[in-house]
Amino acid sequence: MAHVDQLVGSYRAWASNGAGRAPAWLKDLREGGIARFHELGFPNMKQEAWRFTSVAPIAEGSFEQAQAPARVPTLEAIRPFLLFEAGPRLVFVDGFFERSLSTPFFDDVQSLAHVVHHRQDLVRQYLGKYAATDGRPFSALNTAFVKDGAFVHVPARANIAEPVQLLFLATGDKPIVTHPRNLVVLEREARASIVETYASLGKGAYWTNSVTEIVVGDGARVDYHRVQREAARAYHVATTQTHQGRDSTVHLHTVAFGAALARHDIGTVMAGSGGTLILNGLYLLAGQQHADHHTTIDHAADHCESHEYFNGVLDEKSRGVFTGRIIVRPGAQKTDSKQTNNNLLLSTDAHADSQPQLEIYADDVKCTHGSTVGPLDPRALFYLRSRGIADADARRLLTYGFAAEILGRMDVVALRAELDHIVRDRLAA
Amino acid sequence: MAKQKALLEVKQLRVAVAGNEILKGVDLTIADGEVHAIMGPNGSGKSTLAQVLAGHPAYEVRAGSVKYDGKDLFDMDPEERARDGVFLAFQYPVEIRGITNSYFLRSALNAIRKHRGEPELDPIDFLQVLEQKLKAIGWDDSMMNRPVNEGFSGGEKKRNEILQLAVLEPRLAILDETDSGLDIDALKTVAHAVNQLRGPKRSFLIVTHYQRLLNHITPDVVHVLADGRIVKSGGPELAQELEAKGYDWLRDAAMVS
Repeated sequence: MAHVDQLVGSYRAWASNGAGRAPAWLKDLREGGIARFHELGFPNMKQEAWRFTSVAPIAEGSFEQAQAPARVPTLEAIRPFLLFEAGPRLVFVDGFFERSLSTPFFDDVQSLAHVVHHRQDLVRQYLGKYAATDGRPFSALNTAFVKDGAFVHVPARANIAEPVQLLFLATGDKPIVTHPRNLVVLEREARASIVETYASLGKGAYWTNSVTEIVVGDGARVDYHRVQREAARAYHVATTQTHQGRDSTVHLHTVAFGAALARHDIGTVMAGSGGTLILNGLYLLAGQQHADHHTTIDHAADHCESHEYFNGVLDEKSRGVFTGRIIVRPGAQKTDSKQTNNNLLLSTDAHADSQPQLEIYADDVKCTHGSTVGPLDPRALFYLRSRGIADADARRLLTYGFAAEILGRMDVVALRAELDHIVRDRLAA
Repeated sequence: MAKQKALLEVKQLRVAVAGNEILKGVDLTIADGEVHAIMGPNGSGKSTLAQVLAGHPAYEVRAGSVKYDGKDLFDMDPEERARDGVFLAFQYPVEIRGITNSYFLRSALNAIRKHRGEPELDPIDFLQVLEQKLKAIGWDDSMMNRPVNEGFSGGEKKRNEILQLAVLEPRLAILDETDSGLDIDALKTVAHAVNQLRGPKRSFLIVTHYQRLLNHITPDVVHVLADGRIVKSGGPELAQELEAKGYDWLRDAAMVS
């Protein structure tokens, strides 16, 4: 409890001294968040949603509230994390918006702290309306500390031509906690492609606790990519929550390469009929890394289609957890839902837990799911060797294929190439 | 034909799978450029012979020898055999997720080229080689950018095996039940491609249960494998005879011998 009290204490200190400029509704939102967090405390492994993941290193650790970084990194220093030099971009360092490294696009791709004041009605309409805090202590804690993050707004029928880059960098200088809060709103028939990246400039330990809400209007389409390549000693807890309107399309891609301990809750609500969702994820872990993906696809309307693919590649003593909950609400007829989770164990010490959870309350639906956990397929290995490919190369090729299958679904070529490069590097090591 | 050099010499080969002896003393010699067919009832050991020649790790060689191009085949890993020109067209081609057919085939071809001391091909050079091969057998490139065998129909999988054969240019091509699961049009397509690939420097070992593939690919020699032994060898007419009479009379002959 000590750490819960410490976090609540630092919230109180901040709320009374420094957070004062916020509008009243935002203060209320924060108060609701801290009250909920205080009541819930950190999750424990007796709770169903946390059966396979202990957050003890976070709950028992000591993390300071982030201070504005002493020195702002140069563009040169952050270039390895940029996919494009051009195009709209928001860069945050230790949770603080760095205007000098960013290229906002009017008030449509902008820091949340800025638009809270300049587009207050719009922000108020959406912020905190989608990411639930009940039963979700990390989301509640993030809500308590809502201050800044990325804001992306695409007006009706507009199309942001170039992918939007949202980059969250840690300096790794101090054991800090940041609570990035992102809000993405696509009005009806709007289109955008967005890349949200978490990475570190240093090697030190820190804790990221992010929440991203993505609201997709009727007939809109978003290609959303989330890249988690935090430092090896970092802790990463995140919530991504989407809400889809009628005939909308969401392609949500997520890759987890980094962090000692990572937990990503992905929630998607298909609220209007005729929606399409692709939820496509990869986790590539080694050492003692632990990554837990907890996904929920909520078919709340009829005639929606969801395809969920998660592949895990687990080496050494790493552990991957996947939960795929699919809810088909009464009346969500003609739902077409497919889920697969394949885990490749490259070592006998690696471990994967895979649990599908189907809750179907409509009768005219198609739902399939499948999951595998195991080493490389010996038949595939022999097939490649019988074509002249050496054993070690064949193993690498098959492993690469596991990752490439997921990366191949991404439409942003530069991102796919960059991730491909990271995967190849990791497999060559 | 007897003047030609033996490419493959199998002598008194005994092979077991999971402790069960399947091949019980097989003798077989294939010269350069010859096409041999192995026929036989289900469970006679046809596929075992194909798999053990390719180096499948599940097959235990208990006795006998196999010389390939004068070398002891069992001293070579599967990949070494492949690089030296042994090719197995699988009865059940394996799906490889996430790897496109063209990437896979280029990796294989480059492994073989490297072994031959030839420069590796970049994607553009490879595409040229591929187009040439596709043209020679009259096929298009529609399968090349899909993951290896994933979602392929039975016919596509078998065609893909033959395409690999065309690109990798083996000296000994073993076709394991390539005709199974093919309708008559697909069978003709595959047979046509195989015929295009015949040549004085390429030998074939065609394993099949039915004679129908051999209506389109005329073998030099037909062998009948029954209960782990070759019980009869002859010319192409033997295949016709088997089609008419079935295998039972030969199985009885094997029992007696």
